[in-house]
Amino acid sequence: MTADIGIRTSPLAAWTDRLAALEPALTAVERPFLTQLTVRVSDPVAVAGMGGALGVAFPAHPCTSTRGRGPFGDVEVLWLGPDEFLVVAAPDSSVPVEDALRTALRPARGVVVDTSAQRTTVALSGPHARDVLAHGCAVDLHPSVAPTGTCVQTLLARTGIILRVADAGSGAFTVLVRSSFAEYLAAWLSDACVEYRAALS
Amino acid sequence: MQLIPCPWCGPREETEFHYGGQAHVAYPEDPSALTDQEWAQYVFFRDNPSGPFAERWSHSAGCRRWFNAVRDTRTHDLLSVHRIGEPVPDLGEKDEVVS
Amino acid sequence: MSATFRLPTGGLIDRETTLRFTFDGRPMTGHRGDTLASALLANGVHGTGTGIRYGRPRGIVAAGSEDPTSLVQIEQPFPEPMLTATTVELYDGLVARGLSGQGRLASEPDPARYDAKHVHCDVLVVGAGPAGLVAALTAARGGARVVVVDEQTRAGGALLGTREYLDERPSAEWVAGIVAELRNTPGVLVLERTTAFGVYQDGFVLALQRRTDHLGFDAPADTARQRVWRIRAKQTVLATGAHERPVVFADNDRPGIMLAGSARTYLHRYGVLPGTRAVVFTTNDSAYTAAIDLARAGMDVAMVVDARPVAPGVLAARCHARDIEVRAGHAVTGTGGGDRVTDVRIAPMPGTDGTADTVDCDTLLVSGGWNPVVHLFSQARGRLRYDSGLGAFVPGGEPPAVGVAGSATGALDFASCVRQGRDAGRAAALAAGAAPAGEVVLPVSDTRTDAQPGLVLWRVPGEPAEGAPDTRFVDLQRDATVSDVLRATGAGLRSLEHVKRYTTIGTAHDQGKTSGTITAGLVAEALGTELSEQRPTTFRPPYTPVSFAALAGRDRGGLHDPARVTALHPWHVAHGALFEDVGQWKRPWYFPLPGEDMDAAVLRECRAAREGVALMDGSTLGKIDLRGRDAGSFLDMLYTNKMSALKVGGIRYGVMCGVDGMVIDDGTVIRLAEDRFLVTTTTGNAAMVLDWMEEWLQTEWPHLDVYATSVTEHWATIPLVGPRSRDVLAGLAPGLDAGNEAFGFMEWRDTVLDVGAGVPARVCRISFSGELAYEINVTAWHGLAVWEALMAVGERYGITPYGTETMHVLRAEKGYPIIGQETDATVTPQDLGMSWAVSKKKADFIGKRSFARAENNRPDRKQLVGLLPVDPDLRLPEGAQVVDTDRLPQPPVRMLGHVTSSYRSAALGRTFALAVVRSGRERVGETLHVPVGDDLVPVTVTESVFYDKEGARRDG
Repeated sequence: MTADIGIRTSPLAAWTDRLAALEPALTAVERPFLTQLTVRVSDPVAVAGMGGALGVAFPAHPCTSTRGRGPFGDVEVLWLGPDEFLVVAAPDSSVPVEDALRTALRPARGVVVDTSAQRTTVALSGPHARDVLAHGCAVDLHPSVAPTGTCVQTLLARTGIILRVADAGSGAFTVLVRSSFAEYLAAWLSDACVEYRAALS
Repeated sequence: MQLIPCPWCGPREETEFHYGGQAHVAYPEDPSALTDQEWAQYVFFRDNPSGPFAERWSHSAGCRRWFNAVRDTRTHDLLSVHRIGEPVPDLGEKDEVVS
Repeated sequence: MSATFRLPTGGLIDRETTLRFTFDGRPMTGHRGDTLASALLANGVHGTGTGIRYGRPRGIVAAGSEDPTSLVQIEQPFPEPMLTATTVELYDGLVARGLSGQGRLASEPDPARYDAKHVHCDVLVVGAGPAGLVAALTAARGGARVVVVDEQTRAGGALLGTREYLDERPSAEWVAGIVAELRNTPGVLVLERTTAFGVYQDGFVLALQRRTDHLGFDAPADTARQRVWRIRAKQTVLATGAHERPVVFADNDRPGIMLAGSARTYLHRYGVLPGTRAVVFTTNDSAYTAAIDLARAGMDVAMVVDARPVAPGVLAARCHARDIEVRAGHAVTGTGGGDRVTDVRIAPMPGTDGTADTVDCDTLLVSGGWNPVVHLFSQARGRLRYDSGLGAFVPGGEPPAVGVAGSATGALDFASCVRQGRDAGRAAALAAGAAPAGEVVLPVSDTRTDAQPGLVLWRVPGEPAEGAPDTRFVDLQRDATVSDVLRATGAGLRSLEHVKRYTTIGTAHDQGKTSGTITAGLVAEALGTELSEQRPTTFRPPYTPVSFAALAGRDRGGLHDPARVTALHPWHVAHGALFEDVGQWKRPWYFPLPGEDMDAAVLRECRAAREGVALMDGSTLGKIDLRGRDAGSFLDMLYTNKMSALKVGGIRYGVMCGVDGMVIDDGTVIRLAEDRFLVTTTTGNAAMVLDWMEEWLQTEWPHLDVYATSVTEHWATIPLVGPRSRDVLAGLAPGLDAGNEAFGFMEWRDTVLDVGAGVPARVCRISFSGELAYEINVTAWHGLAVWEALMAVGERYGITPYGTETMHVLRAEKGYPIIGQETDATVTPQDLGMSWAVSKKKADFIGKRSFARAENNRPDRKQLVGLLPVDPDLRLPEGAQVVDTDRLPQPPVRMLGHVTSSYRSAALGRTFALAVVRSGRERVGETLHVPVGDDLVPVTVTESVFYDKEGARRDG
């Protein structure tokens, strides 16, 4: 269902230009309208079955994520808790992915909840992405400690985030933030970039 | 800024956590069977020891899991953490208090 | 004027750069590399202000952050109070003046930027003197992630103030080599101008980096002026050095009296002589070096007064070679002078032969020994021990993950310091899991170590003349004297903590860096106890003063507290809404038309909701998706009424209580399927309620098959309210039969809204106003489009956006309480008149047992009632007390309760209020009074429902 694309608004729609202006110190791009499904499940058979349905095994360890390609295209599965995961897929795929997950879940105990609009996603990369995060995030993001795929729920400045290390080598990260805090996040990132922009200009 | 070792996520700054008071205070089986005094004990009274204390914490800004911890109230040192359902650890003398 | 005390050569200053500055209105010059203090001394200025209690002239005492007296106020480039001249780096255009104690904050906001940054390391080394540098390099060669912080503008520590040779090269070359290797090692961060000011638990250290202070007017506006480094270290090595300690004697506070080591620093680091003619008063060997160095640089050093019975032979001989008289077994007993010391009186120590004498001088250099800088060590919970040989508290037991090296341990000789640095660096690297460290070759110094033990002397014996004021100053900043200490012990105080608070010694900006140990010694002396029995006062962060601006960092203005906004926020802004803060949310308060004040806008909005159609942004309501086989029975435990009996398709209002029976939240529960509910919470309690659910599910009832998921921000929620709301909805939801028969009150329907494209929506017939109302829920992405479509369709009905104020008026007219406004943590559902929402049938629910407690059944509990002021135009202030007297007696006045909500009502044509009042329901019809200003306003107690008591309007 794509008929509604023209009438939907993402939380950072008004920030596109301002975020783009942070280049080249920081590349910060909103990835709007991604499908996000909160999955609660602990039965290992169901977990394996859901991974099979997506073509991406669910993360086996706390504070990690997995990523792969399957029948629903590129999918990421983020560990949020011992029985909680966030499945992230392409926009407009929530209905089929939710159906597939729910089918794979049965008969185990658990739920699949569409939370796509609960958070928005900002992709961060560029020479100072790790520096900028270090201004507000107490988690050690050194590549030796936080390799690619690391996924933590933590605080960035004064908002909660889900932080995924997209590429530890180049310093690329994905930040998921509650929609109501998205503008705060964007304003904070912009402010934290001021010095790095000045140094590069 | 103390680190609290979440049994799932590992050590994180204390601002990510929420305190939940004394651990292992079960909701009474049948509150209506209790006297006012017994009920008041459950609702209003908690231990306040000087020394190791089993208490509940929630990693509220992280994985949102509740867990139990033994903290020395004299030093704030967390002597151990355990997941819900894990047995209460022995609170014997495992520390020497630094004063 | 020319800088007459600047030597033609020497020092670590850039003589090519001349910096102009003004002090106390007097223009002067200095060089890049100077501090304000060194530049002042170069210009012959010692005096920087006056003492705070007695107004006596005071000057520069030290060369670093331990200085107790040289407080200055910066006026240009930006006002900043109470900095020490010894730590202000000189820059062109600096305007400063001396202070007597207190300074003046700027009246304008500070335009500079400040920030914070987290950094993690295996080994943190505090102090880049010889011990710290060796520790850092040892750890770095072992592959550890290392952070080195140092307070000074450059590495070197004590070496900066000497002319020491290491391995037969100037020490600066050795330092430069180490720093270069550190900087070239990946994973090593060297931070200069950075003071570690607090050590906390688990290897957490805060350090303040002064990044652009020294650039003055040239500081780039886009660079954070100061940064708080939030360092998390697996291991910490403290190589914090030592502070020289003075000796207390009469008139020891005059400008021109300095610490001997500091004078040596001014000579070697800044190329400055402290005066023309010096007397040196010492209890140990170190001051001899200062005397000899100064004499070699051309200063007339008249005499070394050594309190020890015998002078150290070699050093004394070197003094004699430079015509410096050495007077052993003597002490300074007083000084003369006004704005500057002019002469020194000396006398033999008790039990020593000799003669009293007076020596002319303009500089008196003092050394009473060295105090290891143990502040951070003590903050790290390290135990301190009194070393009677040094007369100082030294580390006496290292806490986990902390090492100490160098003169911070009490070591006085170079070889010990660097050896300790290597050992501490290696131990830290190993403990942090790094590989065994590569060997660092320890340098050898050409400087003699102390040959003869020092004498511990807190004060020179002797008392002030009868009736004369005591001028033996212990804390020069607090103007506290030996007599003040004796007054404290005489009053019975024995603990140093008490003496500190009684005398205020150690409570100024310097936190007693030069006075603390002396005070401890004086107290022990007065009490006749051993100092080893005394515990030093607790060292607390910050080690040196830190400005609030630095601590705030970028958490200022709009970044101070996040403003949470809904998907509809841009529309509200574009349409002139004024906002109310509800928790962190920005909610439209009201939407004034041009020329309208708040009262007019709210009356208009209320009228639209009651007579036409109006809509508001309800997206901030908390929403929790609750699923699982046991969801119904779980809700039965959480809410006072029976949610499991709710039919699919239905909606029920519920009240939630704590175990104590007090209301904590309310909201609606929607049954979406047998095993699926959507729970709404109040805006401010969304997180609390989700936490509350998780707490019970995880810790009490993990066997229940229930999962709670927050969907607050997934949905945009728009209450559409008023008699014409059905018409507006019909225009947008062609497939939905919104008639009363097909779509009853407290039911919900899924539909598709035609907004140019189809938008799936859930519509709930809920009313918080008493009017016919539909709450429209769509994904947040569609919220804006749906809102705009509602505005367009509703235009011909005069659709009116309204804010929280109108919402409050409408609900109050219906007597609906707001949790947190009508309630605090002491109100039961029964107090609110909501017994109807409390199940009698359920065996248990959270709070039920507490309803039977005697306290909760008292007839005089405060109950929710309405109040109508006798004057229909008078609006009672919220929070005002309710009393049952028409004339106020002398306090205390018996309070019956207070006004919780108060508004002007369009529907009632008058003002009205809600209140909680003792035995309120029994008082309906009574006249009570509310104090408003100086008046007692009569009010009539009423039922809490003012409007449409029959509930006729909810079906339109």
